[in-house]
Amino acid sequence: MTEPRYVRVLLRIATIGVLVFLFLPIVVLAIQAFNSSKLLTWPPPDFTLHWFSDAAGNPQIVQAFQNSIVAATVATILALILGTLAALAVQRYDFFGKQTISFIFVLPLALPGVITGIALRTSYVTFGIDLGMLTIIVGHATFCVVVIYNNVIARLRRVPRTAEEASADLGADSFTTFRRVTLPAVRTALLAGALLAFGLSFDEIIVTIFTAGPGTQTIPLWIYSAIQRPNELPVVNVVAVVVILLSVIPVYLAQRLSGDVAASAAL
Amino acid sequence: MTVSQTSSSAAPDIRIERVSKRFHEVTAVDDLSLDIEHNEFFSMLGPSGCGKTTTLRMIAGFEEVTEGTIKLGDQDVTNTPPFKRDVNTVFQNYALFPHLNVYENVAFGLRRKKVADAEIKRKVGEFLALVELPGYERRKTSQLSGGQQQRVALARALINHPRVLLLDEPLGALDLKLRKQMQLELKRIQTEVGITFVYVTHDQEEAMTMSDRIAVMRAGRIEQLGSAEDLYERPATAFVAGFLGVSNLLEGRVTGAANGMLEIALDDGRSIRAAAANGYSAGDAVSAGVRPEKLKIAKLDDGDAATSADGATNVIEGRVTDASYVGVSTQYVVKLDDGSDVTVYAQNLDTSGVSEQYPVDQKVQLSWSPKHTFVIGGRVDRAALEEEVTEDA
Repeated sequence: MTEPRYVRVLLRIATIGVLVFLFLPIVVLAIQAFNSSKLLTWPPPDFTLHWFSDAAGNPQIVQAFQNSIVAATVATILALILGTLAALAVQRYDFFGKQTISFIFVLPLALPGVITGIALRTSYVTFGIDLGMLTIIVGHATFCVVVIYNNVIARLRRVPRTAEEASADLGADSFTTFRRVTLPAVRTALLAGALLAFGLSFDEIIVTIFTAGPGTQTIPLWIYSAIQRPNELPVVNVVAVVVILLSVIPVYLAQRLSGDVAASAAL
Repeated sequence: MTVSQTSSSAAPDIRIERVSKRFHEVTAVDDLSLDIEHNEFFSMLGPSGCGKTTTLRMIAGFEEVTEGTIKLGDQDVTNTPPFKRDVNTVFQNYALFPHLNVYENVAFGLRRKKVADAEIKRKVGEFLALVELPGYERRKTSQLSGGQQQRVALARALINHPRVLLLDEPLGALDLKLRKQMQLELKRIQTEVGITFVYVTHDQEEAMTMSDRIAVMRAGRIEQLGSAEDLYERPATAFVAGFLGVSNLLEGRVTGAANGMLEIALDDGRSIRAAAANGYSAGDAVSAGVRPEKLKIAKLDDGDAATSADGATNVIEGRVTDASYVGVSTQYVVKLDDGSDVTVYAQNLDTSGVSEQYPVDQKVQLSWSPKHTFVIGGRVDRAALEEEVTEDA
């Protein structure tokens, strides 16, 4: 590249500016998690791991973590099954209303979370379903399915139909073909989609507010309630740091996987 | 039409009986009947959309048959799923499994049959040797060239020793030199393994090089079925004459028959003769065809008329409108008095180069033997035919 020197300098400054804008609050949060002052005075008088042990010893937090992990895991598994099957149907078979169905499938991602939440809550109440873990999981599955579906269908478009025909031609029945040919072809797309879905579910709050019952808390719900209690703030910071790690790692891995996929598809 | 019979008693390897295939409103294959004999190298040749690939896919089981039956030997497989048919396919895009190495690709069919590991190992080695890729077992398919992938696809299909091997334009993606090499090799392999090959292509030269018999297809039907020689020397329709090589068609009318020769009066008044064309009688409108390499070209002085030296050869006259030197031959376009163009390939046997060829506007005489004349019934819509024959090339 041969831009003049001042352009390169300006670009560099702009990039740094954006990064600071995006990540300074997170850095502050991370530092505050180690602040020894209960009032979170700035600059921190000293650093401590005290709040971490406080958080670990708080049964509410532990329970909320468990709930979040269970909800994200089950919603992701549900989404893997439903999303993969839907993608296979839409990509591999012709049927009446196929275009409409593939559009409707992606719609939940575009719908505001408030709408999804209130629609689900109204339905639950109408049909007398008790709000709890189950209703949270179903709520999260609505957008997790879309993530998996999108990932799988994008991959299937690149996998030629003839690979499956070749498998059948060589004596493999439909199930064997799915297991030996189709599944390996979409495996990394499934993994990437699952990590992304897990991350989305783990820090989802809007749909969760509507679908969680009074007794059930997930980590985002706990943070939301604790933030209103000043003496819990240091612990909130600690929990937030852990949530950041737990949601960034899957998304990072998902990106790495998709990158590998793009590279191998270019061959 | 001559049909070579390679086995007389047993049922043919493939019997297609009155098969049609319709996609919604489009008829891809139209009431097709065909027997393919054991150990035959059979080609289906035609432009895109002629139904050749659809026919192949119906034999493989990838397309359902709308009407009719397909038999493999004595077994009716019309409604049998592909994984239960004793045929294997080599796909145009190879369709290798990208997540498996060469060994596992080739072993795929045997694994489905639960063959023992030791036996699989031995056979994979044997078939990789057959396709001249020994020692490639551990390679990834993405590391192979197009030609090598094609060989793996071939080994993967042949290792199952199917009753019939189906090949769907398998050399289409290879460059010309590799294609020529693979043509010879496919023929060698077919002879070596003794399996019936059904080969789909739109390349007439490819079909002629390898096949025992060729079915020229057009609009879902077989236009003509025969050996390469039958189709080239004695095409039955203008489509076949135009699809296999270049042909000159001269229009005229049958005036009579004598001594196994058909007398034809051309539109420009000249009379020519054609050998061994049955089924025509005086008054029929016909096209007399002759291949460009069968024509002898000779100089005529202005004022002279073309004459047959022995009274037995056919002669016509015209003027050269184009001459191009292509090394092995010189290709002339000669315009006849009635305005039609005739292509002539003159072997450069005695001439050497551009200086010795006939100049444009030179009056020439063209002569050829009656036995090189083929007869096609009816008048020919040249423009429509030209379009149909060349659309695929």
